[in-house]
Amino acid sequence: MTNLQNTSLKAKIKRPKDKCLYFLIYFCAALTVVLLAGIIIYVVVRGIGQVNWEFLTTVTSVLQGTVGIAGNIVNTLMIVIITMLIVTPVGVGAAIYLNEYAKPGKLVTAIEFATETLSGIPSIIFGLFGMMFFGQTLGLGYSILTGSLTLVLMVLPLVTRNTQEALKTVPDSYRHGAVGLGAGKWYTIRTILLPSAMPGIITGVILAIGRIVGESAALLFTAGSAKLLPKSFMGIFEKIFQSGGTLTNQLYLSATSEGDFETAFGIAVVLLILVLLINFGTKRLSAKFDLTRKK
Amino acid sequence: MNRKAKKNPVEITAKNIVRICAVIAIFAVCSITIYMIAEGTPALAKVGVPELLFGTEWMPTAENPSYGILYIILSSIVGTALSVAIGVPIALLTAVFLTDIANKKLAAVVQPAVELLAAIPSVIYGLLGMMILNPLMYKLEKIIFAGSETHQFTGGSNMLSAIIVLAIMILPTVVNVSVSSIKAVSNNLRGASLALGASKIQTIFKVVLPAAKSGILTGVVLGIGRALGEAMAINMVAGGSVNLPLPFNSVRFLTTQLVSEMSYAEGLHREVLFTVGLVLFVFIMIINLILQRMRKRAVEND
Repeated sequence: MTNLQNTSLKAKIKRPKDKCLYFLIYFCAALTVVLLAGIIIYVVVRGIGQVNWEFLTTVTSVLQGTVGIAGNIVNTLMIVIITMLIVTPVGVGAAIYLNEYAKPGKLVTAIEFATETLSGIPSIIFGLFGMMFFGQTLGLGYSILTGSLTLVLMVLPLVTRNTQEALKTVPDSYRHGAVGLGAGKWYTIRTILLPSAMPGIITGVILAIGRIVGESAALLFTAGSAKLLPKSFMGIFEKIFQSGGTLTNQLYLSATSEGDFETAFGIAVVLLILVLLINFGTKRLSAKFDLTRKK
Repeated sequence: MNRKAKKNPVEITAKNIVRICAVIAIFAVCSITIYMIAEGTPALAKVGVPELLFGTEWMPTAENPSYGILYIILSSIVGTALSVAIGVPIALLTAVFLTDIANKKLAAVVQPAVELLAAIPSVIYGLLGMMILNPLMYKLEKIIFAGSETHQFTGGSNMLSAIIVLAIMILPTVVNVSVSSIKAVSNNLRGASLALGASKIQTIFKVVLPAAKSGILTGVVLGIGRALGEAMAINMVAGGSVNLPLPFNSVRFLTTQLVSEMSYAEGLHREVLFTVGLVLFVFIMIINLILQRMRKRAVEND
């Protein structure tokens, strides 16, 4: 009896319009998943045949008959490392100031406004600015350093924001406890707050790395497109001041002006793998972070 | 105690260093603004504001060069508007799915998918657009414009491809912001609506979404900013000529104009490109200001 009533009630509630909307909702959610799956499968099917040891360890050369992206891998790595070396201390420092030192006022409002604005500026504008300011005004030209400095500005909000969030989750009792024991503010930050906030900070850093690996527009006019490997160990340091195209920009050039879609898909596979790894990395970290917070 | 801490040189240096770190963001925004204005305005004066902003002829390398960027501005506006019009409903329904419809297992599939879509580099979207969308568009183009003598065939690199790519690229942004604002809607509201006899769908569309309106709007504005600023992906699929923003025309956007011509432009041509950059920058700053005002209001309402 109750069963019957239930079904009749359900039938009344599920009007045709409802069914339609249910269908649309499921359809859109499915679309998102299918899109992602389609992108991954298509790229892997088209590109995986291209990815082999030679592709990853040599440089494209007509003379030696090799097709490879080793130079672009090195350039990408260098840009990631240099950018993160600069942006991590600056971003963490800014977050520490905003969270631990600053009192609400005009300066804080201005800093928050600026950070917010920076995160809304599109990468092509960063590219233009980097080209003009770092490249021409500071005379660094098309170089890995110019590209890195440009990216520092671009990912600064990401690092600052994540560190701020992480610092906010550190309980105030830690701060009071440390001060009560006679520790100075900086001492507290260095020994108590930063270690507690470390997982959140690292998450921000990894997210920033992901952003850099996928970035192209900001680097096109700042880091250039050279793809040769540094000739010697010392060459790596010279390379900082020389042009260097990242994986993304080589993909762009391969697909457009060079018309070499094999290489483009090969790079796309490498990029996808990197991006997936970075994503899982942040996922695992933030899961771990939540766990320690709950304790 | 406090006084002693203040006198400690390490403490003072540390405070000053982190303050400098924080102020760097302000310097960055100021210098970007100054550079964009300083580089973008000379061409406005040289070419003339109406000729530049409202001119429709773009022939920078001709003997009598003309630098009208009206079609470029229009393409950016139309492209952004249409991609948002397509992307936002899909994103919104996906967000509703995640918050109110899906069980944990389904959500655990869709949520990471949305996150990964956001992580895929834009050049990969561009590459796939070139390989999948453009040939498809070319087939459509051949059917629709069969026998037309005025239509310039584009091989499928057109406005429509760019709009589809943009719509996909803004999905994750709008989904994420909408999800967090829908989640913030109190369950009491949902319960009250269900108790009054509304169906789940009615509750979602007549109670939950209106309650989450301001957050969703923030997501939409963020999406507009993303679409307007995207450069590489649409540069690969939208073709390369300055045209009226019609669906099957090959078009240039503010961003793609910069990507494709900056490398070889010289003299006045280059200066005009900086004006294009300035126009884009002004649009983005307006969107940024709207966003910040919306966020501020949201905080005040809490």
